[in-house]
Amino acid sequence: MSVETNVEAGSQKAPLREPVLQAKGLVKRYGPVTAIASGDLELYPGEILAVIGDNGAGKTSLIKALCGAIIPDSGEILLDGKRVHFRTPMDARRAGIETVYQSLAVAPGLDIADNLFLGREVRKPGILGSVFRMLDRKHMRDEAKRHMSELGITTLQNIGQAVESLSGGQRQGVAVARSAAFGSKVMILDEPTAALGVREGNRVLQLVRDVRDRGLPVILISHNMPHVFDIADRIQIQRLGRRATVITPQSHTMSEAVAIMTGAAEPPPPVG
Amino acid sequence: MANDTSDRGGTATATKTEATGFEERRSESPLQRIQHVLHANPILGPLAVLVLAVVVFSIVSGRFLSAANLGLVLAQVTVIAVLALGQTLIILTAGIDLSAGAIAVFSSILMANIATDLGVPGVLALIIGLVLGTAMGAINGLLVTRLKLPPFIVTLGTLSIFFSLNAVVSRSETVRGSDMPSIMTWTGTTFSLGGFRITYGSIIMLLLFALFWYALSKTAWGKHVYATGDDIEAARLAGIRTGHVLFSVYTVAGLLYAVGAWILMGRLASASPNVGVEYNLDSITAVVLGGTSLFGGRGLVLGTLVGALIVGVFRNGLQLGGVDVVWQGCAIGLLVLIAVSIDQWIRKVRA
Repeated sequence: MSVETNVEAGSQKAPLREPVLQAKGLVKRYGPVTAIASGDLELYPGEILAVIGDNGAGKTSLIKALCGAIIPDSGEILLDGKRVHFRTPMDARRAGIETVYQSLAVAPGLDIADNLFLGREVRKPGILGSVFRMLDRKHMRDEAKRHMSELGITTLQNIGQAVESLSGGQRQGVAVARSAAFGSKVMILDEPTAALGVREGNRVLQLVRDVRDRGLPVILISHNMPHVFDIADRIQIQRLGRRATVITPQSHTMSEAVAIMTGAAEPPPPVG
Repeated sequence: MANDTSDRGGTATATKTEATGFEERRSESPLQRIQHVLHANPILGPLAVLVLAVVVFSIVSGRFLSAANLGLVLAQVTVIAVLALGQTLIILTAGIDLSAGAIAVFSSILMANIATDLGVPGVLALIIGLVLGTAMGAINGLLVTRLKLPPFIVTLGTLSIFFSLNAVVSRSETVRGSDMPSIMTWTGTTFSLGGFRITYGSIIMLLLFALFWYALSKTAWGKHVYATGDDIEAARLAGIRTGHVLFSVYTVAGLLYAVGAWILMGRLASASPNVGVEYNLDSITAVVLGGTSLFGGRGLVLGTLVGALIVGVFRNGLQLGGVDVVWQGCAIGLLVLIAVSIDQWIRKVRA
């Protein structure tokens, strides 16, 4: 497997490069409740950006705005420097932003190949596909197999296995592979390791690294500080509905990050 | 065990050992193995019940396996099978349709009365009836998708409404087959096939099952039906327009019930407003016996056909065996309870 390794991507800070995805001054209010006071974010090519924050710090709302699940009241989202408006998650997906939801959004009863192509099924060429609407199962299975093995998920015996027969980590693997297969610009992961054991969690982290190394920048939301510090290139800390600062695993320690997150310490000026 | 062939550079050594984290360790007891086999092949259970019933009843009564009797069983289950096909679609989406029988009976009354009272040509009256049945299904679909009401409540309401309108339109009178255009009862006419008397209605029924087997297993629509029933939120996040899927399912079910109405008129050689009360629940029974899960996302139309045949074989076999009619309901009821228990047990594989 040829991997275009881009290991340095994270360590070289990217002020010179244009962000792939950028949010500027997003605001989202629900009546008197302010979910996002000022949503700002820059995601650069080839990096894993972790977004951390206490409950209610607005990280989930910010991410939902980026993947089209909520529509911000004001502010702008730029993809490759161009302004975009997402009304539904489908809009964001069409633009190349794939999201792995915490709930995984897999249909347990369907098999791996079906799940990989769920909502994006491929029909057979010719009259079988156009008139009889027949699905090209062989093509989808072969493609699914290829995507799974590209991410190193080769322990799966059978691509026709129902997803519900998989372990939590394997299901996460399917969800990540789906996003990696179709995401052309950005992958967003919401708490990908929350429900997993230690080994499976580490395995998923490696998957996320693989995705980054194959050239897809990643936004990761997580409560798990060791995981964040393990794989993030930069860490954005949300506090009270806005960005407190951006740090790197090298510039600050975990306890410093937690202190900033909870307001116990003054946020330092953003790194990078 | 885990043969990780791909080299992902960097932390390769660390991940070599972690790769086994994706392995599942399983040591199964024989019972668990049965559970897994049934889980993977949900048709096996119902099929075993059907075969067992046929064997038992053919021992009990010599007449059971006669061509005439088997033809009768098929004719008897045809209407229920078609209604159960529509019901299957809805139950696959984790819904339920209590109005299936009401739509079928009301459609048959509409078809017959439009032809006889209004003097509309038979074929046209039939088509109008099919459209109206489809519209009744669409009403269910709109209430489920637009008002977001639970399917149980929606169809409980429309069940009453359709039966009530049915009484109004029919003035509680049966339309005799001899008064209707012959197309209305054509589904009840038979042809001979190797000694079997088979109705055209049964052929229509089998064709419909083939069609929906194809639609559910070979098209994207089918995948979306399963995904919606499996986990509607996941399906929505995966980009499936679940509202459209649900609406299409209820509407198509309405059309199927209306086709069932046509077959019903052929079977009865009349259109009667007073039949069909039991069809609502019988259609659900057939679906459940066929191994389709009431929780949605799991089941096969072929199973429903088997389920309908189980009901028909039991009714017929118990009758031939001299068991009093009143006990038939008991036997079917027990079967349903056993089927649902097995379904619950199979679903525990998930955990």
